[in-house]
Order: sequence, then structure tokens, then C-alpha cells
Amino acid sequence: MIQTDILIIGAGPCGLFTVFEAGLLKLRCHLIDALPQPGGQCSEIYPKKPIYDIPAYPSILAGDLVDQLMEQAEPFKPGFTLGERAEMIEKDEEDQFILTTNRGTKHRAPIIAIAGGLGCFEPRKPPVENLANFEDKGVEYIIKDPEFYRDKRVVVSGGGDSALDWTIFLAEGVASEVTLVHRREGFRGHLDSVQKVMNLAEEGKIRLLTNAEVMGVDGDDHLQTLKVNHKQEGEMTLETDHWVPLFGLSPKLGPIADWNLNISKNAVEVDTFDYSTNVPGIYAIGDINTYPGKLKLILCGFHEATLMVQSAFRRIYPDKNLVLKYTTVNGVNAF
Amino acid sequence: MSIIKVTVIDREGTPHELDAPTDMGMNMMELCRSAELPVEGTCGGMAMCASCHLYVRSGHPIPEKSDDEEDMLDEAFHVTDESRLGCQIHLADDLDGLTVHLAPVG
Repeated sequence: MIQTDILIIGAGPCGLFTVFEAGLLKLRCHLIDALPQPGGQCSEIYPKKPIYDIPAYPSILAGDLVDQLMEQAEPFKPGFTLGERAEMIEKDEEDQFILTTNRGTKHRAPIIAIAGGLGCFEPRKPPVENLANFEDKGVEYIIKDPEFYRDKRVVVSGGGDSALDWTIFLAEGVASEVTLVHRREGFRGHLDSVQKVMNLAEEGKIRLLTNAEVMGVDGDDHLQTLKVNHKQEGEMTLETDHWVPLFGLSPKLGPIADWNLNISKNAVEVDTFDYSTNVPGIYAIGDINTYPGKLKLILCGFHEATLMVQSAFRRIYPDKNLVLKYTTVNGVNAF
Repeated sequence: MSIIKVTVIDREGTPHELDAPTDMGMNMMELCRSAELPVEGTCGGMAMCASCHLYVRSGHPIPEKSDDEEDMLDEAFHVTDESRLGCQIHLADDLDGLTVHLAPVG
């Protein structure tokens, strides 16, 4: 069991800055994030985009901001549980939260800070009828182990790097038959990946269906056929063992919706005094919270994190006095 | 002119006629959000999600799609020849009378 003072859900900019502010008060933090790397949206969606409204940075790339926040948090030795989604919370007899992830990792802390941004990033599922009936029975949104596809017939959908890369990988001696289905003629992946896919198609090693979309799934216990709509050739049926639709990730509020928190419009309601939620000991900061006048800005999240840790400290140590100390006077005392 | 009329047909088929300012640097995603129509605008307008996917129903002279927009539409569903990302349609005077239809979510 991982024990900490503040369990932060979401390792985006707001969660990372919480580690620093909590560290100044000698509180330890552990971060949980569904993505495999810290940084949240900044790393996942727009690492190469400049941000212009971080105080004192006329311009900073989102990816660089994350690097800087990691460096700033480093003296306080945050723990990370990455690639796992915070799933369930309960209270133990000492009034501490026990948080379990979707992979069963358990964490224990007196305080939970939800800094979940837009929510958990989950694979985008195509709107195909009966799709859910074939999930894990031939339809997979993520390729975990390519060996799973050895000597199988696989259809991949999508036009981005992951669709191209997996098509190439599976075509090179793994799957018995690979088909790539894409909505339009052009691909948005790296040029060399696109070229490789074109070459594989010319050599007859894959079947490439552009201007086409999968419209239906069918089979008995397991996926057997896909109905594909081709712009020029009309409807066709593909026999296959697997379909892997790769349409990127989109954020969903996820399990926290079931934690008895007051939610309005996909955001957690908080008291602006200390960003506490209706559940004592659980706070919400950054893009995931809402209150009158809320602005979804990184800089506002930083402010919220700073006030929140003060309240968290008082909750953990009700008898201790808390005096604001300036880093300029005291420096940063690493753990 | 600094106000144009734009019609947004929501997912239930109800048209909403909106007054759209053309001098505030707004785009269609922002206009829909400010009118509290159900447009998420998850990425904030960087053409990096597809939550403002809509169909342009009137033949207005909207600038061609950028590669970014075209790429992002690859991750959207229900894409047709009329598909655009609302965040990439900047409100300008020559779009007076524009009619768009919100695309299904998911």
C-alpha cells in the first residue's frame, strides 16, 4: 500500500504544482494518472504549442512547462502511479482514504486532491451498432501485446501514427493478413510511416482501403465480419478475426462521477474558500472544478492548488499553527 | 457591420438564430458555447479534439481546411463532405446567414 499525505489524481500542471506547494508545508504527495506520462493535456494533446499566459513566461511550450514543473516538484520527491486510473475510494477506520486503481494498486492518504483536468483519456469508440458486444471478442481499442495477433487476420482503422505504426508492425511477420481502413486518401502520420504503408500495399503485403469506413460488426461469439462502406465501390464485407479501431483518445469524467461528489456540467463543485468539495477531505482544483466565476486557466489552477494545501495542512494537523513562509527567505528545503 | 446572423441547428434539429459579433476574434465553437449550446470545445480551439464537429449547410465562402483540421477530422465520426471543426471557422462579415448543424457526439 502506498501511503502519502496528499493523493493527487491527475499529473497535469495543476497536480504537479500541488507537489511543490505541499512540499513547502512538509506534506508529501503521490500522483495517479491514467496516462503513461506526467503532464496531462500539456503532454498528451499539445506539447509543442506555446502558452502565453503563464506569469513571467512571455511564451512557453506546453511540454517545456511540464518539464519545468517536474523540476520544481523534484525536491519534494513525489511518487507516481502512471497508466492507471483512479477507480474506487473508501474510508478506513483511521479516517484515511483508500484509493484503488483499475489495476488494483492501493493508495492511502488523509487527503485527496482531484486535479483531473478534463477527466481520464480513453480510446474514442466508433459509433457502430453492437460494438460493445464484441469488445475483447475481436474488437480492441488498444494493442497491448502484438503477439495476441500472431497468425490472425486483423483490420486496423484510423489515419494517424498509431494506426500506421501498428499496420506496419503487424504486417511484418506477425498477423496472417492485415487490412488498413481509412476515411480519406491522405494520412496524417509521419511521412516515412505513410510511405512504408504505401509500399506494403503495393507489394501486396497489406490491403489498403482508403475512402472507406467500417460501418458494422458481426459474428457469433467472436467477431467474424466487418461491413465496410467504400466511397467508390459501395458496401463490402471483410472477413476478419480482429478489428482495432485507433481513433485517438478523448477525455471522460470517469469513475469520480460515482464518488458522491456534487457535480455540475461535468465538473466538481467546490467552495472557493479552500477548493474543498462536499466530501470532507476531498478537494478539487484546476479544470475539473467549478464555482461562480471559474476560468479554466493553468494560472488559476496554480492559485487553487496553493490555497488548497493550506486547508489540507490544517485538516491533517488541526493543532499546529501555520505561518506563511516566503521561499525567498527560507529557500526550498528538499525532502 | 459588426454583428452577423448565424443559425445553429442543434442535435435535436432545433434551429437557434444567433447574433454573432465579427469584431471579437470569435469562432463558431466559441459562439456556440457562449450561447450555451452543447458544444464541448475540449481542446479550447486548437483543432486538437473533434468536439466542435459540425456540418456547414449553407454555401458560404469558408477558408479551406488546414492540414491540422483535416487530420483531426480523421478522429471524428460521422464525417461528411460538409464536416468542419467549429473552432476553425472564424466569424467574419461574409459569413452573414451561415447555417451549421451540430454533428452527433461520439
